[in-house]
Amino acid sequence: MSHHTPVAKRHGDRKAAVGNVGRPPVAWAVPGILFFAVFAIVPLAIAVYLSFCEWDGLDSPTLTGLDNWTRLFKDSEFGQAAWLSLLLTTISWVFQTPVALLLGVWAAGRQRSRAFLSAIFFIPLLLSTTAIAMLFHALLDPNFGVIQTIGPWLGIDPNVMGSSTGALLVVAFVGGWQFMPFHTLIYQGGARQIPEVLYQAASIDGAGMVRQFFHITLPQLRHTMTTSSVLMIVGSLTYFDTVLIMTKGGPGTDTTILPYLMYRTGFQTYDLGYAAAIATALVVVATSISLIMVRLSGFGSMRSTREGM
Amino acid sequence: MSIDTRPAAPEHRATPVTPRRAGAARRRRSLGNPVAGIGSLVWLLIVLVPLYTLVSASLMRQDEALNGDPLALPTDPTLENYRTVLDSGFLSLIGNTAIVAVVTVALVLVLSVPVAYVAVRTRSRLSSLAFRTFLLGVAIPAQAVIVPLYLMIGKLGLYDTLWAIILPTAAFAMPVAVLVLSGTMRDVSEEMYEAMALDGASPFRMLWQLAVPLSKAGISTVAIFSALQAWNGFLFPLILTQSEEQRVLTLGLFNFMSQFGVNIPAVLAAIVLSVIPIFAVYLVARRALINGLMGVGGK
Repeated sequence: MSHHTPVAKRHGDRKAAVGNVGRPPVAWAVPGILFFAVFAIVPLAIAVYLSFCEWDGLDSPTLTGLDNWTRLFKDSEFGQAAWLSLLLTTISWVFQTPVALLLGVWAAGRQRSRAFLSAIFFIPLLLSTTAIAMLFHALLDPNFGVIQTIGPWLGIDPNVMGSSTGALLVVAFVGGWQFMPFHTLIYQGGARQIPEVLYQAASIDGAGMVRQFFHITLPQLRHTMTTSSVLMIVGSLTYFDTVLIMTKGGPGTDTTILPYLMYRTGFQTYDLGYAAAIATALVVVATSISLIMVRLSGFGSMRSTREGM
Repeated sequence: MSIDTRPAAPEHRATPVTPRRAGAARRRRSLGNPVAGIGSLVWLLIVLVPLYTLVSASLMRQDEALNGDPLALPTDPTLENYRTVLDSGFLSLIGNTAIVAVVTVALVLVLSVPVAYVAVRTRSRLSSLAFRTFLLGVAIPAQAVIVPLYLMIGKLGLYDTLWAIILPTAAFAMPVAVLVLSGTMRDVSEEMYEAMALDGASPFRMLWQLAVPLSKAGISTVAIFSALQAWNGFLFPLILTQSEEQRVLTLGLFNFMSQFGVNIPAVLAAIVLSVIPIFAVYLVARRALINGLMGVGGK
């Protein structure tokens, strides 16, 4: 985020006289920073504190040391939820990335028909997760029948929500249905910034469409892909509304992913200290995955994709 | 991560491509990509079939929806389901949600504009630290803080008020707001600030008469984005409010699901009604929203 510095510096040196006039006082940022800290950063710290407490939501929280954490590591329900979360995240990534990449690169063309289709593709993003989950709950309702008509054409069992694998795949699909437009847009924006010269040079060298895609488009989009993947991963680790509305964690506990387990522990059995431990674990996992991805892709080092041009 | 640094609005039409380059681009992109072309048609079906069913079944009588062909047009369209929904307190849900959305947007803008401005215009360590904190904030999931927020909102005496929804929603919309705003504000050239400084303008006048008007695109993206977050948020209302008087749209929908039970057409009608206001905004402000989001993946 430092690309303003060179500009600012250049001007600062040349016109030191005016360079520092009219700079806003840093204090202006304080209300915004405080507000964000109070409602996002401080709660994160309190969550860690509460994870060492026992709290039923009524009395004051009491410190119980490492109890919640030792319980967490022995809890087979937590283990299953963590596994299901990772599974759901992987499925979502594998499903969304190729489709969003393909649609995004395609939509980067400026033809009218593509702009029109893109406008339709965008619609799911306007609906709330609640509305989408309810819509698919209705569509997959064995009595309502849409799935009974369409399912057999596509080889889908009408009672897909009744099976563990089916329910998990449905949750992943519904999440993809909702967020695909967002990731498509991200790729579309990235693809539009690829310099046209690269393709012209490749055509002159006789590279075909497929080679151009793998040797120009994909490498040029690697930062875009990192951004999209991080958002995708953090997003699917936190699919909660969909699970609550569509499966209630079932059949059995087979779609009880971490956020849903946290909700059930915290706000249905009011074991809020343990819920805070689960939430903390969730943040740790989400943040580490994001950091690893950023590190692996070289995104953090701000290496330019225009290298060598 | 860097955010679209171009002024968003006129981008689409006024792309400065020379005719020759535009021709090359068109040739390249339309020639190839049969896979993507077919893929996009398949995805079109995947998007449209559920939406079509949503609207058409919401116009059917219950027995037709349950027994007829779900993909057929309603034989005898009726608005009865919509009446059922409107009679179930739907308007008060819309009212509450509108209050939440408007106040959230106002709060996000009032708080984020100065932060972004300071981040762009000053070089102090403090401001870059603050900026980095917001950057990290993008990755904090709301689920992570819901238990402590439940505690805090309770202690503040705000449980079961609309403020309980507004405050955390605004806070969680701020990271993206700051990123988008500082992206657009960075585009305001140093020369313009210098010119204003020579005229003896105060920092506030520079913000108000230069940076803000020139970042209109970013500001509208942020406004729409935060409104969308507020309108569609589910977790905060679910945990932090309780009574019917404070119920917002998403929670109301969730409630209809058990209230209407097997009356699926009524459930679908409620979904349609909940989307209409957002859809109207989308038609008006599509460009600002799309360009802002597209910029998220820029380099």
